[in-house]
Amino acid sequence: MADLSTMRTPAIEALVTASPASHLAALTALPPRTRFSFRGRPAAVTAFGTVLGFDLPQVACRFAEDGARRALWLGPDEWLVTLPDREATAFAGAAATALAGLPSSLVDVSQRSLALAVSGPMAARIINAGCPLDLSPDAFPVGMCTRTLLGKAEIVLSRTDEARFEIDVWRSFADYVWRLLEEARREFV
Amino acid sequence: MLIIACPYCGPRPELEFRYGGEAHVARPVDPSTLSDEDWGAFLYQRANPRGLHAERWRHVHGCGRFFNALRDTTTDFFAATYETGTPRPAGTPADGETSR
Repeated sequence: MADLSTMRTPAIEALVTASPASHLAALTALPPRTRFSFRGRPAAVTAFGTVLGFDLPQVACRFAEDGARRALWLGPDEWLVTLPDREATAFAGAAATALAGLPSSLVDVSQRSLALAVSGPMAARIINAGCPLDLSPDAFPVGMCTRTLLGKAEIVLSRTDEARFEIDVWRSFADYVWRLLEEARREFV
Repeated sequence: MLIIACPYCGPRPELEFRYGGEAHVARPVDPSTLSDEDWGAFLYQRANPRGLHAERWRHVHGCGRFFNALRDTTTDFFAATYETGTPRPAGTPADGETSR
């Protein structure tokens, strides 16, 4: 069987290659990583936290991370967990064991979306070109994440640094989102 | 743009929300005992007040959760939002009255 892990290329590879550099608003595609959608009640959340290595964030719209693993709060009983591909198989197995008998759902959604990063002093302004959220550091501090809209596409937006945002977008919308952000940052290139 | 306060996520732009019809419409426990008129009324008859209206909304492009909201149908003013399954907030005017 073909090794899918080595065949994964971004759906927007041509756009990424042709993208101009900018220190004010850099747009980059992030390397592939494994994503799990986890939903469950408090007992399952606790059990899942022990496998993950840290507790899932309980505060609305915040993410928690430890090393290369990150857990994003998406809803009151819904989290998006990202981790390196090499840990995925062992993690899924351990989670399935820990969650046995606890009503919950753990779905591998790695191939559903791809990740982009917008960074630089103008990053918030670039994203605000298509997203009506208040992205000032007071309203959207470092460590905040949320599902929202960018133009007509649904994205998961997270702020990893004062001047750096990560965007998780469905593959089929990636081309649209990339072009939208490219258009927005044209004056800063 | 309207800002709607999701009970879970806080204030968000209206683009992230979808309307979900009138709130607090309880499904009959045993529909087979109802007359056609009563069943039809449950399915189709809604209050449609002018003024405050308790209705369901869904934060579809956010946390994905349904919640209830008290909205004035004449001014679009959201008087309150509260979680699904909780009763209408005490002290708020009845349906059809104005919000302020």
